[in-house]
Amino acid sequence: MFESFLVVVRRDLTLAMRRRSDVFSTLFFFVIVVSLFPLGIGPELNTLRLIAPGVVWVAALLASMLALERLFATDFDDGTLEQMLLAPQPMFIMVLAKVTAHWLVTGVPLVLMAPLLGLQYDLNTEALGVLLVSLLLGTPALSLIGAIGAALTIGLRGGGVLVSLLVLPLCIPVLIFGAGAVEANISGLGEQGHLSMMGAILVISLLLAPLATTAALRVSAE
Amino acid sequence: MLEVIDLECVRGDRRLFTGLSFELNPGELLHLHGHNGSGKTTLMRAVCGLIYPTAGKVLWKGEESRRLGDDFNRDLVYVGHKNGIKDDLNGSENLRIASVLDGVPISEQQAWEALAKLGLRGHEDLPTRVLSQGQKRRVSLARLLVHRAPLWILDEPFTALDSAAVELLQSVIREHVERGGMVILTTHQEVSLTRGHERQLRLGWKEDGDV
Repeated sequence: MFESFLVVVRRDLTLAMRRRSDVFSTLFFFVIVVSLFPLGIGPELNTLRLIAPGVVWVAALLASMLALERLFATDFDDGTLEQMLLAPQPMFIMVLAKVTAHWLVTGVPLVLMAPLLGLQYDLNTEALGVLLVSLLLGTPALSLIGAIGAALTIGLRGGGVLVSLLVLPLCIPVLIFGAGAVEANISGLGEQGHLSMMGAILVISLLLAPLATTAALRVSAE
Repeated sequence: MLEVIDLECVRGDRRLFTGLSFELNPGELLHLHGHNGSGKTTLMRAVCGLIYPTAGKVLWKGEESRRLGDDFNRDLVYVGHKNGIKDDLNGSENLRIASVLDGVPISEQQAWEALAKLGLRGHEDLPTRVLSQGQKRRVSLARLLVHRAPLWILDEPFTALDSAAVELLQSVIREHVERGGMVILTTHQEVSLTRGHERQLRLGWKEDGDV
């Protein structure tokens, strides 16, 4: 069981490495969106500091939507998805493996890049640290929740927009607590509560999202 | 032993077949006939469990296949219209990943041997993206050589294959049936398969469920 998990993760990472453009498009989308705000708003540090958590988090949310469409669609097109459904392995594990690989490829680069981008908004070191931790807890949850939408829309035309419409409302709690953690830190209230909530959201989505995704895949693959 | 009892499938608003029953014993091959759109693929996918039939059930060794779940999947190889291989991976990577997921991991050496047997020597480490349709089909069919499952469900396995490969695949299927395996297959080509153990099932609107 663990072996099949590793094989699927390794497979998807290999595929991502051979199609690097997919990885970089998500990352550069994130970088550009976050960098556009200081240019548009102007170098008013107080304003920038105020909007920083929200902007970085919304950009991360949109960037992770961008990559979702391909999560299951390519496997559906070439038939490897139906082979996975017919494999004598728990589908829960396979979905978890696919989401893990997806997060490693699209989520982790965002997390690592965020502190660098936060500098443009004059965030102090401590706030940058909190931003990093909140993204570290939040992006896997985004991938897990997004997988449900991706699974529901495979095989549909214009699925990309539909995924965003389905998934973005579900991601609102992650956004509120993620941006809230950084804001709380800046205003001196302490980020502990927000981060604990994000941890809870991550655990719940880790348990429930793969189940929903599996069910959605079985319906979509018919 | 595979038993299909009173199966009914509806796609869209068309009833493809109803009250369809047959059974398949070890060492038997079932050849599905039918014109395009008569429900051959649907029947195969329903037997696999990829489609929920509207009514009826599929029994494997006397138990409902859906309840058996992974135990049924372990005994099954399905080769569909889609090849089920990744374009950016090479033949042996594709085969080895499939074998781990099928629960019968093979070594690099075994993967190369299986691919060589299917005439892909020298192509093992090329991404399958650069292979021809027929070669991709061969990579996909290589699973049959390394998998030990008793039940094979093959949807148009001969498409895109050249005559040498058709010959080879026929002998692989024949061997499997002689070993006591079970095969369900569709093909529009005239092929000579195992004599004696072969059964035919015709699908069509006029003769619904006629075995």
